[in-house]
Amino acid sequence: MTQAQNSSDPDWMILFVCWLLVAGATLGSLFFSEVMELPPCSLCWAQRIFMFPLAIILLLGLFPFDPKIVRYALPLAAIGAAVALYHLLLQVGLIPESAAPCRQGVSCSEAQVEIFGFVSIPMLSLFVFASVTGLLLLLKRRQSP
Amino acid sequence: MSRQYLVLVAVAGLLLAFALATYFYTSQQADRIGTLAAAEDSPLERPHSRSSGPADAKVVLVEFFDPACETCRTFAPHVKTLLAAHPDRVRLVLRYAPFHQGSDTMVKILEAAGLQERFWETLQVMYETQPQWASHHHPQPEKIWEFLPYAGVDVHRARRDMQDPKFVKIIEQDLADGRTLGVRKTPQFFVNGKPLMRFSYDQLKSLLDTEVARQYPQ
Repeated sequence: MTQAQNSSDPDWMILFVCWLLVAGATLGSLFFSEVMELPPCSLCWAQRIFMFPLAIILLLGLFPFDPKIVRYALPLAAIGAAVALYHLLLQVGLIPESAAPCRQGVSCSEAQVEIFGFVSIPMLSLFVFASVTGLLLLLKRRQSP
Repeated sequence: MSRQYLVLVAVAGLLLAFALATYFYTSQQADRIGTLAAAEDSPLERPHSRSSGPADAKVVLVEFFDPACETCRTFAPHVKTLLAAHPDRVRLVLRYAPFHQGSDTMVKILEAAGLQERFWETLQVMYETQPQWASHHHPQPEKIWEFLPYAGVDVHRARRDMQDPKFVKIIEQDLADGRTLGVRKTPQFFVNGKPLMRFSYDQLKSLLDTEVARQYPQ
């Protein structure tokens, strides 16, 4: 039996929202580095390494819908969330700067961008990674009753 | 709504948002720099800045450069050609952006040579011999001293003069102005306060030609 190819399937919709978040974050990070020419710090690079492939594999999981994508996407999202959390703690000063793995170049602990005066880049990154992790976990639970 | 259609709409929306954000950001930056350039205390040129060309030229080409930057070296002859095409109408202003390690030493040498009226000759020699003293794998800034006599520089005097702390101030001022103007790479050009947005020789030529035509209508 062929499934109707409409977007009303909630499981497909969850995956679509994950992809939308990641695609937005990917373009956003490219905007910061390529348009605003802000050099990404080493922790930003670590987060990009986990964010960019998600934009591709989540899209592949949408056509045809393949719930097994959770198995491959979840580790990327979870590790990305961990790096983003570390970065955020470093930036707000809860982790001392001496513990930061940054070498010369761009400081990871200095906020380069603050949207509305308080939203920093690692905050946006953590929001996306954590939401995607949560949504993928939800999808996993719905798939294995 | 079909799945394919939804994703296509999303992709189009994201790309459109990106393009709009880019457009607004770049035009806002250009406006900001234009305002700065028009101000009395313009960060584009300072009293200490080296300049060549007629003082009353209506078009000012500002270049932020690093003596150790390969692209600056490659661009130098092109800049010369552009200036030669409008000898009475364009003035060149050089600003320092010593981003490479040890480039500040080169800037001090340039300034010290400037005291002997050998600034431009020294810059030329620095660019010509750059592969020998600024190799990325094996930089040897000390080697520049062998070449300075070709620029007609009194080396002993230059070694003494370059210690002058006022050159450190000049470098700090230029770096600060570079930050204000968003200079993160070298060379970066401004034509009458308009930044070169897309980096290429043709873009620079057209930016300059347009400004010359605007300031000197036929």
